[in-house]
Amino acid sequence: MTSVELVKLVRRPRTWIAIGLLCGLPALVAAFLGITKVAPQPGEGPTFLSAVLSNGSLYPAAALAMVLPLFLPVSVAVVGGDSVAGEAGSGMLRYLLLRPVGRTRLLVAKLVTLVVFVLIAVVSVALTSYGVGVAVFGSEPANALVGSDVVTSVSGTGLTPADVALRITYTVLYIAVSMLGVGAIAVFLSTVTDSSLGAALGALAFLVTSQVLVTLDAAASVRPYLPTRYWLAWIDFFRQPILWHDIERGLGIQAVYVVVFLAAAWANFATRDITS
Amino acid sequence: MITTAGLTKRFGKITAVDDVALDVREGDRYGLLGPNGSGKTTVVRMLLGLVFATAGEIEMFGRSIPRHANEVLPKVGALVEGPSAYGHLPGRANLLLLDAAGRGSVRRTRRRRVDAALERVGLGGVDNRPVKAYSLGMRQRLGLAAALLGEPRLLVLDEPTNGLDPQGIREVRELLEELNAAGTTVFLCSHLLGEVEQLCTRVGMMDRGRLVLQDDMAELRAPTGRIVIHSPDADRAAALLDGKVDLRDGERLLVRGTDPAAVNARLVEAGLRVAEIHAERRTLEQVMLEVTGPGSDRIDHD
Repeated sequence: MTSVELVKLVRRPRTWIAIGLLCGLPALVAAFLGITKVAPQPGEGPTFLSAVLSNGSLYPAAALAMVLPLFLPVSVAVVGGDSVAGEAGSGMLRYLLLRPVGRTRLLVAKLVTLVVFVLIAVVSVALTSYGVGVAVFGSEPANALVGSDVVTSVSGTGLTPADVALRITYTVLYIAVSMLGVGAIAVFLSTVTDSSLGAALGALAFLVTSQVLVTLDAAASVRPYLPTRYWLAWIDFFRQPILWHDIERGLGIQAVYVVVFLAAAWANFATRDITS
Repeated sequence: MITTAGLTKRFGKITAVDDVALDVREGDRYGLLGPNGSGKTTVVRMLLGLVFATAGEIEMFGRSIPRHANEVLPKVGALVEGPSAYGHLPGRANLLLLDAAGRGSVRRTRRRRVDAALERVGLGGVDNRPVKAYSLGMRQRLGLAAALLGEPRLLVLDEPTNGLDPQGIREVRELLEELNAAGTTVFLCSHLLGEVEQLCTRVGMMDRGRLVLQDDMAELRAPTGRIVIHSPDADRAAALLDGKVDLRDGERLLVRGTDPAAVNARLVEAGLRVAEIHAERRTLEQVMLEVTGPGSDRIDHD
């Protein structure tokens, strides 16, 4: 069943349009930067952008920072929200269950597919933006790394290309994991409703709420439990040495969201009347 | 093959299915009739483990449902509330995916089985256009092909001829008769009396969630003990058969008796002209109207 779901993902035009859009945004930004050479001041504009003008090999990090807050989670919410509700909406859910495909197995297949989609998306963004970055900005050794708000301690030491590659790999994996919380919420909502649009919007509402509360000082008491709280912790991969504290917190919180919402999704889907 | 006892389903306050005891035997061509909204589809969904019963038992192939649905469903082919397919894929790709999705389907024979199923429903030469470009009838045929994929021993078909033209309906009827002759039990739901009347050997009728009748077709359509006579000499015929005439309507007489041949001989002997004479049989429509109330999708003032 999982392989069938993967074939469906790959044969679906929507998958490639979404990934194309995700890769297109950083390419567009690179084109503007490459032509105008006007970089944002350190500490302003998207993370890392000010650093990439001197070195394109860091561009994947900047590209991921661009798609992370909105573009990527939207695509994850759409794919996750469509997972079960989309089958219900097209009337295929009943025929899949009659093959028979066990309900638990169907849910697992949908989850694996969602994870694969996230990985394909993040890796595609990283690879295409590396190509674009090197082509537009060249690949001088990195000597000045700038976070969104901090001048990193590595400016003196510099990172070897192998180091940059390793840290970007970490980043890709961390961002993929960061998407799983939203994905799990979308899948849960997808088992509740027969409208994939409704499920995706529900997950996005959750996401936006979390994003707003993260920036709100009055909500400081709930902040550590918000799914987006540690999304930007991957910047710590580019510190020297790597600062693990927030990254570990981020992974932990995603794990909690995944476990809770998948359990809810399973409990709901396994006992639900399929009337679509 | 299928037996249910006390099968009941409530959605909130509404009782969609109420204490239904189905009995479908191996080799039957069983037709479940009922007006729209009488609970047929909910029964089918419960049989197939899609909807969970509020109360009651279901057994198929001697195994209880939904507990053993995974053992039973591979032997069942189903069409529930219209066919579905992935619109962006061609029909053949849809069947290949569907077949691959099921547990334990053999990869080696997949393509052959899909081709055979398409051939059976008259889509053998179908091209590569996506299903969203199919006509209603082609989709219906594709849905039937999907139901036939695993060479099932039981077919559960909800409105199998929806969207088909008269030739298509006839083809489907012949296909089902053929499969039935080869040993497949057919259980179909319909609100089309003609469809059931022509195909089925056993009939159940549902009305507002209850199974109000379940009987062999031969029993339902047995002679009623009356004879229908059409005669231009209806006056004289009525006089001749005086005492046995139940009803007179112009040239048409309804006469008590079980032997039309004998009555015919008597009339002709007396020099009367007989245009038509036969034993009265109830149509399924009459049976249906006797046992069911007004359509349940009709909403009248109190």
